[in-house]
Amino acid sequence: MQKIIEELNKIVGDAFVSDAAEERFIYSRDQGTMEPRNPDVVAMPQTVQEIQCIMRLATEACVPIVPMGGGLVLSGLTRPLKGGIVLDLKRMNRILEVNETSRYAVVEAGCAQGMLQSYLAKNHPGLKHSMPDAPPIATVAGNVLIHGSGHMSAWAGYHTDQLNGLEAVLPTGEVVRLGSCSTSDYWFARAPLPDLSGLFLGWAGTTGVVTKLAIKLFPKRAFQDVRIFVADNPEYGTDVINRLADVGVAEDITAWMTPKPDWANGLLNFNMVYSAEDKEELTFKRELLSRSVKPYIEAKTGGFMALPYNMKKSFMAEPAATLAKYADVRKGGGFEYVGAIMPVGNFAKAYELGLEQAGKHDVAYSLGARIIGQAHSMMFFYAYAFNRADKQDVANAQHALEDTNEAVLKLGGVPWKAEAPAQKQIIEHMHPETYALMNKVRSVLDPSGIMNPGNWEVD
Amino acid sequence: MYDLKYDPEVCAKCETVDCLMRCDYTDYTLEQAREQRRLVLEGQDAQVLHDCITCYACEEYCPYDNHPFYLLVERQEQLDKGLVPVPIVNQQLGMMAIKEKDPPGPLQDTVINMCFFPMLSDMLRGDLFADTSYFVGSDVFCNVMWLHTAGNSVIRERLPKVIDTIWTKHLEPNGIEEIVCYHDECYGTYNYLAPAFGIEVPWKSKHLFQFLFERLTQLKDKIKPLGITVAYQRPCSNRFCPEIAHYVDDIFELIGVNRPERQYDRDHALCCGSVIRLQQRDKLADDVLQRNLDDMKAVGAEYCVFNCPACLMGMGYETFEAGVVPIMMSELCQMALGEKPILGG
Amino acid sequence: MEMQHSEILHRCFRCGYCKMPSDFTDLNCPSYLKYRFETFSPGGRMWLLRAWLDGELQTSPRFQEIMYSCATCGNCVEHCVMPKFKDLLLDAFTAARCLLAEEGDVPPAVRDYFKAMHVNGNPYKLPQEARGDWAKGLGLPAYNGQEYLLYIGDVGSYDERAQKMAASVAKALKASGVDVGILGADEHADGNDVMALGEKMLFELLAKQNIEQWHDLGVSKIITLDPHAYHAIKNLYPELGCDFQVQHYSEVLAKSLRANPPKGQDRPVKVAFHDPCYLGRHNGQFNAPRNVLKNIPGVETVEMGRSRKNALCCGGGGGNFFTDIVGSGPNAPARARVLEAAATGAEVLAVACPNCLKMLGDAVKAEELDDQLKVVDLAELALNQ
Repeated sequence: MQKIIEELNKIVGDAFVSDAAEERFIYSRDQGTMEPRNPDVVAMPQTVQEIQCIMRLATEACVPIVPMGGGLVLSGLTRPLKGGIVLDLKRMNRILEVNETSRYAVVEAGCAQGMLQSYLAKNHPGLKHSMPDAPPIATVAGNVLIHGSGHMSAWAGYHTDQLNGLEAVLPTGEVVRLGSCSTSDYWFARAPLPDLSGLFLGWAGTTGVVTKLAIKLFPKRAFQDVRIFVADNPEYGTDVINRLADVGVAEDITAWMTPKPDWANGLLNFNMVYSAEDKEELTFKRELLSRSVKPYIEAKTGGFMALPYNMKKSFMAEPAATLAKYADVRKGGGFEYVGAIMPVGNFAKAYELGLEQAGKHDVAYSLGARIIGQAHSMMFFYAYAFNRADKQDVANAQHALEDTNEAVLKLGGVPWKAEAPAQKQIIEHMHPETYALMNKVRSVLDPSGIMNPGNWEVD
Repeated sequence: MYDLKYDPEVCAKCETVDCLMRCDYTDYTLEQAREQRRLVLEGQDAQVLHDCITCYACEEYCPYDNHPFYLLVERQEQLDKGLVPVPIVNQQLGMMAIKEKDPPGPLQDTVINMCFFPMLSDMLRGDLFADTSYFVGSDVFCNVMWLHTAGNSVIRERLPKVIDTIWTKHLEPNGIEEIVCYHDECYGTYNYLAPAFGIEVPWKSKHLFQFLFERLTQLKDKIKPLGITVAYQRPCSNRFCPEIAHYVDDIFELIGVNRPERQYDRDHALCCGSVIRLQQRDKLADDVLQRNLDDMKAVGAEYCVFNCPACLMGMGYETFEAGVVPIMMSELCQMALGEKPILGG
Repeated sequence: MEMQHSEILHRCFRCGYCKMPSDFTDLNCPSYLKYRFETFSPGGRMWLLRAWLDGELQTSPRFQEIMYSCATCGNCVEHCVMPKFKDLLLDAFTAARCLLAEEGDVPPAVRDYFKAMHVNGNPYKLPQEARGDWAKGLGLPAYNGQEYLLYIGDVGSYDERAQKMAASVAKALKASGVDVGILGADEHADGNDVMALGEKMLFELLAKQNIEQWHDLGVSKIITLDPHAYHAIKNLYPELGCDFQVQHYSEVLAKSLRANPPKGQDRPVKVAFHDPCYLGRHNGQFNAPRNVLKNIPGVETVEMGRSRKNALCCGGGGGNFFTDIVGSGPNAPARARVLEAAATGAEVLAVACPNCLKMLGDAVKAEELDDQLKVVDLAELALNQ
């Protein structure tokens, strides 16, 4: 390994290579419940060429490579399960291009969500990208590559649906460009070419290192508002979501169900954020939303909250800092969640499942969902807070997550950005030929098996 | 228990039906109003139960103090005709549920009842509130708001407990027999609503405006007249106590504030719209708000003076957007004494 | 091992809000900006400290570098989203430094600083008598009952560039009618950076020495040149039993220049102001220096994207001015800061702290911006020097 480190020093400069105990400690873990796994060394490249050199070096020496963006996935995907080199890509954080008329941005792999948001606000105030609710230091690319979702997902689907193309370095060192950028100077679409970008989406870094990508941008309108529809019967959930999505007004539809504070216990809250060019349009959209759920309002089985301005502001915040604050519920800096990608039709069952799991494992919990597209699917989350200083508490949360993953799979959902053990659970439910194909693809792309080994593996 | 002190005979004999004829949110002919009254008196469903925005104004309009508004709410509840969706009511019931807590320690005269507005307690400062103490919390929340949600039963259940808490935990142990109610709702509850329901209140309540007027009179030498034009947003619960209304003018005179006559003030003050929105009638709330703001601007109001924090929350931002600065009454008085406002302004 | 505030360390989620300003425009934690490893972020420090106290990590030169590269600028405190413990972040880092200092496990540069402070009473290893050299020829009276004691501190007393700043501040105060006296060669270090580097006992010694001297002289009001001294006297000294009215010189000048306008600039000059962390974020004073600029004829102000609570530290705080751990090299925060200032089109980057003056001045040279951007103190601008 010493030789590898010396080579890394030559490639990226010794200021950005470390095998010190401190870096190995921090890069061995994330904020979730997964056990730490030490890297041998951490390197921070700044160019595609440096990454190519590192990939060739690693392939030749059969040393694992673990690409890392913000490192905020919570499910331990950037833990080097079999040691090797963690590539922290955050020095590659440039915004390379914003095309106003074709509405896309090209960013390097380490560009933070907050940086792009801020850059657009200053330089292209009429445009925005879909912010996830991850902290602003989380990377744009990392979130796309895990099939993330965000504040424009009710309009435009998963962040992978908003991907226009990408550039990646293969484990053997070649640079590939996928999407329109492969044949044109523009990064406007993945169509109409064979869509190879899927080789890097949802693979947990086991196929290569994505170095830049293009995402869609959306109009940022002058006026924005949020409504919260409250109901108390989970059986209404699917219908309410369908109705709210039907009118095509909301850019983001989320649901939240939490036992704390006491007043919220048992209530189902559906947030809709929407925007408009002027107040008249905003009012029109508000009325469309009201009309969509009229039967519930007339029956008095559901209704919209009257929200003061300050509350609205906090519900419209992008990202919502309240999610990070959830980590302090147990006064212990930790939470992790099962984000189950599910059919919207399973809303009530998904909710009941959450209550069951929380009761069974006696953990601090919060439930919620982000609706993807016009009720085409949802990311239903089961968040469990824990105190990282209390091993038993961490273990409880870990068991709850494992159990929830299994229950979600049985319900027909699929855990999102699944932890390594959850990946195994998914594979057990997966059609065997599908898994076989995954392995064939990887053996072609990564003959030495260096890319984030231990992920999407049975053993 | 806690039967409403209401005389159906008085109501039946009323020729003018002022409660409905003077209502700013319905438009009945006298004949229609009498029919509505008959239905309500007989305990039948009536259009007024659906039209009512629960602004409390009919309590003020009734020349016989016969509590027509409490009766409407009673009927809404009996007939399950409340206008706010059940989950929203349940949410509010949970938010405002009584959570017992330890009393704040010895209280000294003058004691201010801050209801369930802990975020406003910083406003009790300076010369204006010198030597005062206060209590605040869910366990002293006056619970009058359930009039908006067809919830007389909640008032009957919770209000006696609140009165007991205030008396046994806060006042009696400290030998205090009179309090100042920061919020109109509390003053109205303890002086009018509780007696109307036959609930005994063992202390005397003074309205904030009276307190402010008395303090400002003592501090007259320190007042720097503000020289501004304001609109006053009269809250629904002020309808319980029209005899207090003159203090608004008295205070404004003391601090050099001009309150031009406008259409939607005094008897015809408009609702802030918060409850109308809870009733899911946004368009009506928009209309009420717009008329109110246009009216304020038409008379050149620079500030809109609130006394109800809920009104401020419900329309403060829109008021600000319309170019009229929202401010609480006590903060306006603080400004006249040279203090910087900490809420609104 | 135990240390003060250890109970908050594991509560950090490492969400990373602490790395950025409020609009997320760029990295705003000086040490993270320079090193880029997660370990050098505030969250990294929190988790490393927990592991260190639990015996999972040993003290090492790298560990020391991580702990001592924090510029105590307060960006993390400002932007942390955990209201229940955010205010204690820097206190925890300082507590860790105290523990390291107690054990003598500090980087060589920190060790040298402590030694110089013990032996010489200043980090420059210069004689005590030279402390008043900055005031030569100014005709400033030794403190003898004037309304204010003008306290200069180590950097203004000994650093060549900062001496000029000190002289300008004294002149500007005098010219605008402020009644000040100085201590000259009798002045002692304020100890703020000694405390920030973890030598609590030495800090207390210095502070008590100052308090006693100032009490003996009948001082009640103090004007400081240096925001670090201002912070110490305002926030740390009272715990040792004193109650001086202390102001930063910009607070006094903001008022006095209004009454007695200075000469100012001969032509319109575009000026960007760099908020010193110990005046701004630590003590909430953002307006006084800007009011000084408003009162200087010819000055046209322009704001950098990161200003006030979001200002990027020059990298000289928390003792780093003397130890140069975070302040040196091509990725130093001061270099990013002067590039940001230059991008506004400003000709002058105005400062109100001798540390910032020096750090940013050096960065201008390193980035070869000498022809484009001058780093100048507020008083120098006022006097057109």
